[in-house]
Amino acid sequence: METVNLTESQKKARRGRNIALGVVLVALVVLFYIITLVKFSGGMAG
Amino acid sequence: MAVIEHHETIPGGEVYLSEASPRDFFELLKPRVMSLVVFTAFAGLIVAPGTINPVIGAIAILCIAVGAGASGALNMWYDADIDAVMSRTAKRPIPSGRIRPQEALAFGLALSAFSVMILGLAVNWLSAGLLAFTIFFYAVVYTMWLKRSTPQNIVIGGAAGAFPPMIGWACVTGGVSIESIVLFLITFLWTPAHFWALALFKMRDYDAVGVPMLPNVAGEATTKVQILIYAVLTAVIAVVPTYLGFASIGYGLFAAALGLGFVWYSVGVLRMPEGDRAMVPAKKLFAFSIVYLFAIFSGLIADTLIAALGWVS
Repeated sequence: METVNLTESQKKARRGRNIALGVVLVALVVLFYIITLVKFSGGMAG
Repeated sequence: MAVIEHHETIPGGEVYLSEASPRDFFELLKPRVMSLVVFTAFAGLIVAPGTINPVIGAIAILCIAVGAGASGALNMWYDADIDAVMSRTAKRPIPSGRIRPQEALAFGLALSAFSVMILGLAVNWLSAGLLAFTIFFYAVVYTMWLKRSTPQNIVIGGAAGAFPPMIGWACVTGGVSIESIVLFLITFLWTPAHFWALALFKMRDYDAVGVPMLPNVAGEATTKVQILIYAVLTAVIAVVPTYLGFASIGYGLFAAALGLGFVWYSVGVLRMPEGDRAMVPAKKLFAFSIVYLFAIFSGLIADTLIAALGWVS
C-alpha cells in the first residue's frame, strides 16, 4: 500500500482541526441537552 | 503515516494535505462583521416587547452569529478570485492558500444548515426563516448577483446586514412589526454611507478587480452627495424609535446628537477636494460610522434596560 509521511506542520494542523471538531461535537451535545431541559421545564410550568 | 487513497490529489499528481488550522476556519466567519451582527441581534432581542428565557436567548444569539459567519464563509468562497487581487482581502484564508474553496463552501453550507435548524427548533421558525433568508440574501443576492453587476450593490445588499435586529425581535415576539422594521432600516440606511466612505479610499482596489462600486462608476462627486443623503436618512430614522414610543426622549436626543455627528462627517467628505489622495475625511467618516452604529444600538439597549429596571418612571 502506497503511503505518505505527514510533515510536522501538517500533523499539527490536523491535530488542531480534530480537537476543534471534537469540541464542536461535544458543544452540540451539551446544547441539545440544554435546549431539551429548558423546553421540558417550560412545558411542565405551562 | 496516512493512506494515500484517502486524500485528494492536486494537478501534477501531488497529494493534497491540508495545513489549515482551526483559526483559519474561524477567519472564514468574518469575526469582525459577526461582532456587529451579534450586537444588533442582541439589541433586537432586548428592545422587543415580552420576554425570552435567557438560555434560549443566548442560543438564539449563537445561532444568528453562526448563520452570519456561514454567510461570510460562502462570500469568501465565491469571491476568492477578487479577494486575491485586493490589498484589503489578499490575506484571507482562501486567496492565501490556507483553505481550499471547496472546504470553505462545505463549511459555509454546513454551518448555515445547523444554525437555521437549531434556531428553528430552539426558538421559533419565523426567526429561523428570517436567518435562512439573510444567509441566502448575502451569499446569493449580494455576493453572486449584485456585487459584480451594479453600483447599487451595497445599498440592496446592505439588507443582509440589517436583518439581525429583526431576527432578534422575531425570536422574542414571534412576529415582524413596524418597530422591528425601523430597527432594520437603521442599519440598512447606514450601510451605504459606511461602505462608500471605505470605497472612496479603496477605489483603486475595487477598480482593479472590476467590482462596480459607486465611486468608480458614478464618480467621486456623486458618491459624496449620495453619502450625505444616506447619512441624513440614517440620522432621521434613528430617532423614529422615540417617535413610535418604544424608546425614550433621552434616547431620541442621544440619537439626534449622534446623527448630527454622522451628517457632519459626511459634509466633511462632501467638501473634500476632488482627487484628494489622503482622503482623511472619508477615513474619519468610516471610523465614525462604526462607532455611530454601535452607539445607536447601545443607546436602545440602555434605554430599554433603564425603563425595565424602573430607573425612569
